[in-house]
Amino acid sequence: MPFNILVLSCLAYVACLFLVAFLAERRAAMGRIGWLRSPMIYTLSLSIYCTAWTFYGAVGYAARSGLEFVTIYLGPTLVFVGWWLLLRKLVVIGRQQRVTSIADLISSRFGKSNLLGVVVTLLAVVAATPYIALQLQSVTLSFGVFASETPEGWALPDRDSTAIWVAAGLALFTILFGTRNLDAKEQHHGVVLAIAVEAVVKLVALLAVGVFVVWGLAGGPAEMIERIDASPIADWELQPGRWAGLIFVSAAAVICLPRMFQVMIVEDGEERHMARASWAFPLYLLLMSLFIVPIAVMGLERMPAGSNPDMFMLTLPLSEGQGALAMLAFLGGFSSATSMVIVESIALATMVSNHVVMPIWLKLRPKAAISGDVRRIVILSRRLAIVAVLTLGYLYYRFSGGSAALAAIGLIAFVGMAQVLPVLVGGLYWRGATKVGAVAGLLTGFVVWAYTLYLPSFGPGAALSVAVFEQGPGGIGWLRPQALFGVEGMDPLLHALFWSMVLNTVAFCAVSLFTFPGPVERMQGAAFVNVFDAEAAGPQGWARGRAEPEALLVMTQRILGKEAALAVFAAEARGQGKEGYLPDATPDFVAGLERRLAGSVGAATAHAMISQIVGRATVSVEDLMAVANETAQIMEYSAELESQREELTRTARQLREANEKLTQLSVQKDAFLSQISHELRTPMTSIRAFSEILTEGDLPPEMVANYGRIIHEEAIRLTRLLDDLLDLSVLENGSVQLNLSLANLQQLIDRALASASHTRPERVFEIHRDLPSENLFVRTDADRLVQVFINLISNARKYCDSGAPELKITVRQRSGRVSVDFVDNGSGIPKQSQGIIFEKFARLTDQTRAGGAGLGLAICREVMANLGGTISYLPGQGGAAFRVTLPLRLDQKAA
Amino acid sequence: MASHVLLIEDEPNIAEAIRFILSRDGWQVSTMADGIGAAEAVREARHDLVILDLMLPGCSGLEVLEAIRADPVTEAVPVLMLTAKGQGRDREAAERAGVSRFMTKPFSNAEILASVRELVAR
Amino acid sequence: MRRPRAPLFLKRGSYRKRRLRDAARMLPVLGVLLFLVPILWSPGDTTRPDTARDGIYLFAVWIGLVLVAALMAPGLAGESADDEGEER
Repeated sequence: MPFNILVLSCLAYVACLFLVAFLAERRAAMGRIGWLRSPMIYTLSLSIYCTAWTFYGAVGYAARSGLEFVTIYLGPTLVFVGWWLLLRKLVVIGRQQRVTSIADLISSRFGKSNLLGVVVTLLAVVAATPYIALQLQSVTLSFGVFASETPEGWALPDRDSTAIWVAAGLALFTILFGTRNLDAKEQHHGVVLAIAVEAVVKLVALLAVGVFVVWGLAGGPAEMIERIDASPIADWELQPGRWAGLIFVSAAAVICLPRMFQVMIVEDGEERHMARASWAFPLYLLLMSLFIVPIAVMGLERMPAGSNPDMFMLTLPLSEGQGALAMLAFLGGFSSATSMVIVESIALATMVSNHVVMPIWLKLRPKAAISGDVRRIVILSRRLAIVAVLTLGYLYYRFSGGSAALAAIGLIAFVGMAQVLPVLVGGLYWRGATKVGAVAGLLTGFVVWAYTLYLPSFGPGAALSVAVFEQGPGGIGWLRPQALFGVEGMDPLLHALFWSMVLNTVAFCAVSLFTFPGPVERMQGAAFVNVFDAEAAGPQGWARGRAEPEALLVMTQRILGKEAALAVFAAEARGQGKEGYLPDATPDFVAGLERRLAGSVGAATAHAMISQIVGRATVSVEDLMAVANETAQIMEYSAELESQREELTRTARQLREANEKLTQLSVQKDAFLSQISHELRTPMTSIRAFSEILTEGDLPPEMVANYGRIIHEEAIRLTRLLDDLLDLSVLENGSVQLNLSLANLQQLIDRALASASHTRPERVFEIHRDLPSENLFVRTDADRLVQVFINLISNARKYCDSGAPELKITVRQRSGRVSVDFVDNGSGIPKQSQGIIFEKFARLTDQTRAGGAGLGLAICREVMANLGGTISYLPGQGGAAFRVTLPLRLDQKAA
Repeated sequence: MASHVLLIEDEPNIAEAIRFILSRDGWQVSTMADGIGAAEAVREARHDLVILDLMLPGCSGLEVLEAIRADPVTEAVPVLMLTAKGQGRDREAAERAGVSRFMTKPFSNAEILASVRELVAR
Repeated sequence: MRRPRAPLFLKRGSYRKRRLRDAARMLPVLGVLLFLVPILWSPGDTTRPDTARDGIYLFAVWIGLVLVAALMAPGLAGESADDEGEER
């Protein structure tokens, strides 16, 4: 098959994946996630467990070691079938804590320790590098199979350049879809869907080859079984240690591998999905494994001796002339490799940027948490990390020479990542696990793994000298890398697995037992271990009121982007019953925000950033927090009680006031009736008495005239009283008819002065006026206004007790309103009476009564209310002072 | 001997009417416009009867009444109280203070004359 | 930690649910035991080739586990909400 067509079909396939990913991203962006998050897609995305190692390597593995390859899939099967034991808890915690990676989970569990994040990240990168190299190698190998004329001669001259092109292409794809957005939760719908498609492709390809082999070449299942038993594979001996150990290590790997953690927990972790995957994923693995042995058997049977069994998937169909099938198998293998590399590099990039780059950057520029463009930095660091991870993989491939069998590399990586398992399980089920213990366990496991398995894998004399292999470092025999403590003759892999896991676990448990966890650590520990207890949720406690909501918003915008951050804050503000975008920085809100940010930059970084705003020192120094949290709760509680008490007091006071007002009103009504009675009966008494006297006759004429005059006066007084009462009633009802007209204020005052001069005409008043200021036109009911003026001037004439009485009238105009002040130079109205003078019958003294019934000011007040104005007493003017204000132009409506 | 009546009334027209009615009947009438010093006046002049308006400027009719009743010299003097308010509460208060008779304005001339005669005759 | 008071007697439905969870916990243990059975056979009879038989046994166990898990999954899924008094 021409190499060009192969490359073209590869490019077409990748373009297809691009399209799928792009459409999924767009669909997700429009909020129509729907089936993008379904148990089906979830299960298929888990299939990145099956990499090129499965696709090509498993056949080779079976050809070399018979059924042992199955252990790699039995482990995950057990883990998923038993999801209720561990995975369920992991998924719930992952969702609750918004975990972004396995390093983030470990870091978060042990008090958001960044040190642990760094250790796990380092371990993951070291363990993943050969694995990525393995994928590059398998893709390159498969290219080589097609490129060479003879299937065996897969040594392509430009092998390295093929690998570099593959690596670059994968980096580009990963960057495009893996770091496009920095979501609240690290989810990449496009990538996940593309991986699901690839999962289908590789399954179909493998099944197709398998069906072809069993039915096409072997002639049916029964024949196949016979051939298996006749083949060299049948000589395979099961090694009990390896068998059990490999089941264990693959079970550990499926939980701890960064890419598995990414798709299992971070991308779409949900119990509902997990329930489906609990059987569907083992089924997928089963189908993937089903035809491995037949293919290996037929390959050994048909292919010439010395053929690479790792490439039987391609070489077998090719040699049988099934070019199309080989092409499908090639795409299957290509899919396996690319999907693994993409997800692995996304996961590693997230870990590197969250646990290595961000902390360093924040340490270098502490203020940047608030002011810097964190978002840009995070994305940039992730892109660089992706490139770096792929570069490392490429370099490993380049320098390891790609000679090692695929399965061996894969197992080395598995054992490496399995070092996280003790800490992970311990953290999930044991509250006594401490950060120091975790660090000790991880480092011990890491060192032992590197020393006994990773470094020796480069071969004697490469990373470790031959002397070290044979005599141990410095001649210490019991430290020989493949015979620790003098245990010789053990399978190297099993030896490494055994010692690394045992020493790791022992160190982790022992150090945990002897160290003391910090407060954050303990709270996080409780939150993780008791994740299913509702009360244990929300472990973080931020003191109230320390955070400035605006600063939090600014920082959140840097990470989530402006719109998303504003939406979060507005929603919270609404929840708190506030307008706008700035909610109170309650401890709950800050904790929720931290989790949200943790979904983008990891728990430790988010915690550090929030700390900078909330004002607490960084993660390590928080011994006071538990106390502060409790105190805050108590204070909050007592503040609540206090406010409730205040509320009650306020209500009681309002009720009391209302009651007093009602009582007062009732008293006023009684007093009013009593006053009216008095005001009516008094003139009646005179009238009745004198009219009787007059009726009796025999009076001198002058007395008749005198008494007649008295009767007349009193009758007028009665009439006036009745007039006033009617007037007041009309005014109070608001049913008064106003005659609006434009009138000159100066003329109105003139009229009032003239009318009022009839009151106590004997008194000579000096009137002070500023005529020009009075010269303005007001639109109002002129007669009513003059009535008020007359009343005020008359009052001054009646009650001003100065020897040389003066009255000052001042007019002011301000913003559409006119005020007229009447100030005399008498002794004024005593303070305690100022409040009641506008009440009905509030005549203060009867001494100088001049015919009024005490209704004058009450009427004035009502008139002014009808004219859209007010009348008030001005204290402190050196005499009785009244201010009348009214609108310059009164509309009919306002009246 | 003409009996001496003290009339304490702030409304000049009413005071004039009562003075005229009583004088014509042969009573000697003194008038005061407010209650200030009224009790002392009674003590000095030994009036046979006091006609007292309830609402007076300065101090109320009730206060004057209490002062008269508090003084052993004047405690027996009959007091006729007049009011224009006509509220039950005022009447009760006046009766507690020891008023001899309570009349609500307006009244007929015959009424007040009869009351005065009756009270002095007692 | 304060332990929520667990009722002694449960409704039939709740009781079944809990036993289902017990079964879910036991299933992987059973799986481990069954997958380790080949260890017992291995060195014994090397005269007769038995790779195919071993393979068939493993795949049969595998299929069995998948089926049992598939039967239990619907009962286990989506009940974390009403997770009253989960036994720990």
